[in-house]
Amino acid sequence: MDDILAARSQMAMSLAFHIIFAAIGIAMPLLMVIAEWRFLRTKDEIYLTLAKRWAKGTAILFAVGAVSGTVLSFELGLLFPKFMGYAGAIIGMPFSLEGFAFFTEAIFLGIYLYGWDKISQRLHLFAGAMVAASGAASGIFVVIANAWMNTPTGFRLEGGQMVDIDPVAAMMNPNAFTQTLHMILAAYAATGFAVAGIHAFMLRRDPLNRFHRIALGIALAVGGVTAVLQPLSGDILAKAVPRSQPVKLAAFEGQFETETGAGVRIGGIPDEEKRETNYAIEIPYGLSILAYGDPHATVKGLNDFPANEHPPVAIVHFAFQIMVGCGMLMTAVAAWSLWRFWRNRKAGAGKWLDSKWFLRGLVFAAPLGFIAVETGWTVTEVGRQPWIIFGVMRTADAVTPMPGLVVPFVTFTLLYIFLAIITVWLLLRQVAASPK
Amino acid sequence: MNLETIIAGIMLVSLIFYALLAGADYGGGVWDLFAFGTRAQRQRELISNAIGPVWEANHVWLILVIVTLFTAFPPAFAVVSTALHIPLTLMLIGIVLRGTAFTFRSYDSKRDNVQRRWSIVFSIASLVTPVVLGITVGAIASGTIRVENGLVTSGFFASWLAPFPFAVGFLALALFAFLAAVYLTLETKNRDLQEDFRRRALASGAIVGVLALIVFLLAGTGAPTVRAGISRSSWALALHILTAIFAIGAFVTLWIRRYRLAQICAAGQVSMILAGWAFAQYPFLIEPDMTIYSAAAPPITLQLLLGALAAGAILLFPSYYYLFRVFKRESAFTAISESPDKLTE
Repeated sequence: MDDILAARSQMAMSLAFHIIFAAIGIAMPLLMVIAEWRFLRTKDEIYLTLAKRWAKGTAILFAVGAVSGTVLSFELGLLFPKFMGYAGAIIGMPFSLEGFAFFTEAIFLGIYLYGWDKISQRLHLFAGAMVAASGAASGIFVVIANAWMNTPTGFRLEGGQMVDIDPVAAMMNPNAFTQTLHMILAAYAATGFAVAGIHAFMLRRDPLNRFHRIALGIALAVGGVTAVLQPLSGDILAKAVPRSQPVKLAAFEGQFETETGAGVRIGGIPDEEKRETNYAIEIPYGLSILAYGDPHATVKGLNDFPANEHPPVAIVHFAFQIMVGCGMLMTAVAAWSLWRFWRNRKAGAGKWLDSKWFLRGLVFAAPLGFIAVETGWTVTEVGRQPWIIFGVMRTADAVTPMPGLVVPFVTFTLLYIFLAIITVWLLLRQVAASPK
Repeated sequence: MNLETIIAGIMLVSLIFYALLAGADYGGGVWDLFAFGTRAQRQRELISNAIGPVWEANHVWLILVIVTLFTAFPPAFAVVSTALHIPLTLMLIGIVLRGTAFTFRSYDSKRDNVQRRWSIVFSIASLVTPVVLGITVGAIASGTIRVENGLVTSGFFASWLAPFPFAVGFLALALFAFLAAVYLTLETKNRDLQEDFRRRALASGAIVGVLALIVFLLAGTGAPTVRAGISRSSWALALHILTAIFAIGAFVTLWIRRYRLAQICAAGQVSMILAGWAFAQYPFLIEPDMTIYSAAAPPITLQLLLGALAAGAILLFPSYYYLFRVFKRESAFTAISESPDKLTE
């Protein structure tokens, strides 16, 4: 394994690991705050039990997220020092703001987790709300920085150096809003579906357990609403990418030929040697409509870009297909849930959950959100290659001169596998002991 | 005062907070490892209760140092993370294992063997991480990281694989353990436990003294510029007097069991050591090839960053104060005030 591949693999692995905990860190506090708020409103102890249960899970997941996030902030320099040396002045700003968001999150999570008996109920709820808000803010700032790597703005290039830099303009880069919206919605949808799926699984074994019914309801409400909104944010992105990164769109679709009135592909295997994508189902004019809102718009194919600016097409195309597929399934499950809820609205609380197939559907949908998060991240990161700053700096030019990078890559991989196993094991222990 | 100096000063203050707060959390892990005697279990519980609610917040000071470094002085970040790739990676592994093992221990089975297993990981990581952190600080202070045209020319080992950085590493460990022992005397009302940690504080304080002397002597060849700074500068005498007052004050107050005063003295002593290093090195970030001026980002970045830091501080300090007020009523921050009751009630 050469050093550039090892560095990229270590970064990819670290992000793939951290993103799960980061997404949960954004969404889980919202779930526990809703449960606690319901407790304060209804005085029904079951909501308090639920908030405490979810808080325990959050505590474990947040700790892993906090330390793996720390690793990432150092890895920017350890693996790609020239990127940070070159771009730190312009893109350090959102990271600094993220630092304060993380501070707020950690402080109020400490208060929330250990303060149940030490502060008033209202203050406790407030602490939880601060965790939820600062968690979302953390995510927004980090994704803004990533969006800049895709659509860098706020500087002028002069002899390869960035001059006249404007960090505010950099934060307002074209992708900043669309990417953050997409990621934040994804965090709520993925976490909501995963939690709902776990409680649906427990309900299959213990159908009358009120605790799991309430938990499922809250989690699915958060996951369902965001899953319905997500295709809209996806559409905004689909219209932004062709303008800012046309080569990336071509890779999403495995589009080699430039085409007027291009169809959208479902499935298909890109052959980068022969420069064609085979075995796909094509919906005529679909891509032109999705990307430009015009069935006769011209979509630029990969062949019109120099080969040394192509991202790895097959990985990006597959990941994109999986992400969209998972997203659509989730939207469908959300619609199914809404329909069941509405149809049973007069039949008394909880009737909408009395269906074996519905619960099975929710269990099946549990991992979809996180599969979509992982593949979506692959789409945006691998789709940006071979650039670390799109059109400005190549990943290969940013990597550290440090030799033997395969060693830290393997070390961190083993460490994270170990942490993943322990985390899953501890969460299973928490879930297995279901309250009556 | 110019922007570069102000932001470098904020980095120093953040690093001091990290040492005083997160440092003590690592020190707690050290005393978890060295818990012995009939009260070993109760010592461990006291440590765990003391750091549980606050360690994650305390840890973020390090993040603040790093993001400030790479925003305000990006080439210096690139150089440090290249030249010190190996110790920084080891430090990260330590940070990951310390934090996760502590959390896993809190939420895993309460059976003794399970708890003991996590304790070992937690406490060994708490022991190793400060040493590696100290090694990186020692390497930066040593003046052996060399840079040409923004590229590191001194290799990946030479700057840190030397006696001086290792001595600084052990000094960092001793300081953190010392801080933790002093703070822990305030975390309990139980006389026996107080005495346990009082003795540990006195012992680790003595070790700090010995290691500080060794570091000073090794600095003669290991970090000549910093050594010259702390020996001959106009402020050197004031620094030594203040450090001596705090160090002796810590011993005396521990001896006569005035723990709040001891806490202030211990914190003052650690702050003086870090400030002394920074003053001696000023204006160099990486001596002798990179100053805070040559590594600085353009003024617009520094101005915006300073604004963000100021706004962040307005949010941060009240929240932080509240965190400590809830969990450390009888210690830590309130101890700085002469009449904590008036502030907290």
